[in-house]
Amino acid sequence: MSKIKPSKGAPYARILGVGGYRPTRVVPNEVILETIDSSDEWIRSRSGIETRHWANDEETVAAMSVEASGKAIADAGITAEQIGAVVVSTVSHFKQTPAVATEIADKLGTNRAAAFDISAGCAGFGYGLTLAKGMIVEGSAEYVLVIGVERLSDLTDLEDRATAFLFGDGAGAVVVGPSKEPAIGPTVWGSEGDKSDTIKQTVPWTDYRDGEVAKFPAITQEGQAVFRWAVFEMAKVAQQALDAAGISSAELDVFIPHQANERIIDSMVKTLKLPESVTVARDVRTTGNTSAASIPLAMERLLATGEAKSGDTALVIGFGAGLVYAATVVTLP
Amino acid sequence: MAATQEEIVAGLAEIVNEIAGIPVEDVQLDKSFTDDLDVDSLSMVEVVVAAEERFDVKIPDDDVKDLKTVGDATNYILKNQD
Repeated sequence: MSKIKPSKGAPYARILGVGGYRPTRVVPNEVILETIDSSDEWIRSRSGIETRHWANDEETVAAMSVEASGKAIADAGITAEQIGAVVVSTVSHFKQTPAVATEIADKLGTNRAAAFDISAGCAGFGYGLTLAKGMIVEGSAEYVLVIGVERLSDLTDLEDRATAFLFGDGAGAVVVGPSKEPAIGPTVWGSEGDKSDTIKQTVPWTDYRDGEVAKFPAITQEGQAVFRWAVFEMAKVAQQALDAAGISSAELDVFIPHQANERIIDSMVKTLKLPESVTVARDVRTTGNTSAASIPLAMERLLATGEAKSGDTALVIGFGAGLVYAATVVTLP
Repeated sequence: MAATQEEIVAGLAEIVNEIAGIPVEDVQLDKSFTDDLDVDSLSMVEVVVAAEERFDVKIPDDDVKDLKTVGDATNYILKNQD
């Protein structure tokens, strides 16, 4: 039997740079209240959200991704040619094929990097990060760009008072590369397809095309069921990720949960019994829920404002439609 | 050992106090969680999960919407506790 030469990767991987793009249009709750019967106070008390960003026609999934990625590449101190793979997580790129990752890889000026999209809802960033780490350690890429990007305003039913205020648009990107020390812990991830109705697109695209429904598909969710799962089940997953990484909550510097809703974040912090010394990302207040983009966007903001610093140990956890989830502990870039 | 109605109300009062900051003596059988006790739909989930742990009972999401008052919750727990 012929002997196949194995690939040679780096001993470990780490996040080397992060970048974000938030659309120029800031949408306050007053705009949401034009189409639903609610109040600013109600929206804030149920979600913590004060404003969100909505993309304009020029702020496409690809355009926002290129902006965020450019910042992440600069932050990592590498060039686009060094990127070996581009992984894009999105549920709101409306052109099914080709993968938007290929356009992004080209526009960034990578050297024909491998490029593909994944669909893992609000857990997409953690899924992408896990793939990136695998590629780097296995040796199929030296640097991997992981992008979470959404235009959820395109999938929002502005007349649904339970979700109209929730979603926002934006892109967050990280460059993952080789490391001498472990800087991305074991991923605790999974899916619960038996709960697929908890968060979902209302109907398939074809139902709209065929005139079976009058309304364009939108994201809908069962609020209480999502809240219970997110707070209590995901707190267990977050704890497992800490345990798998061998990090105690006292050693943790930063907690960056998916920015679904501030009430979920508050309850997770309480359930996990995180000490007050842990900085908690609350980007949802001014960014809304941006699904796969929320963790890198929140990470970028914490570093930009100085609330977190390079080298800090952060617990990240994404969870959402599927249901799917992914949690890990990382060293911040 | 199964909890009595009195014990359940007292337990719910402690839970509502912890979650919504409502004085324990305000938590009475006829009180509505949302209208009287400042427990909104999300806090109600926290109350339910705390009650599940305390009284060793399962309260599925579909049943939560029927628990309008402290009395509703108390009766539910009385009937369903192990």
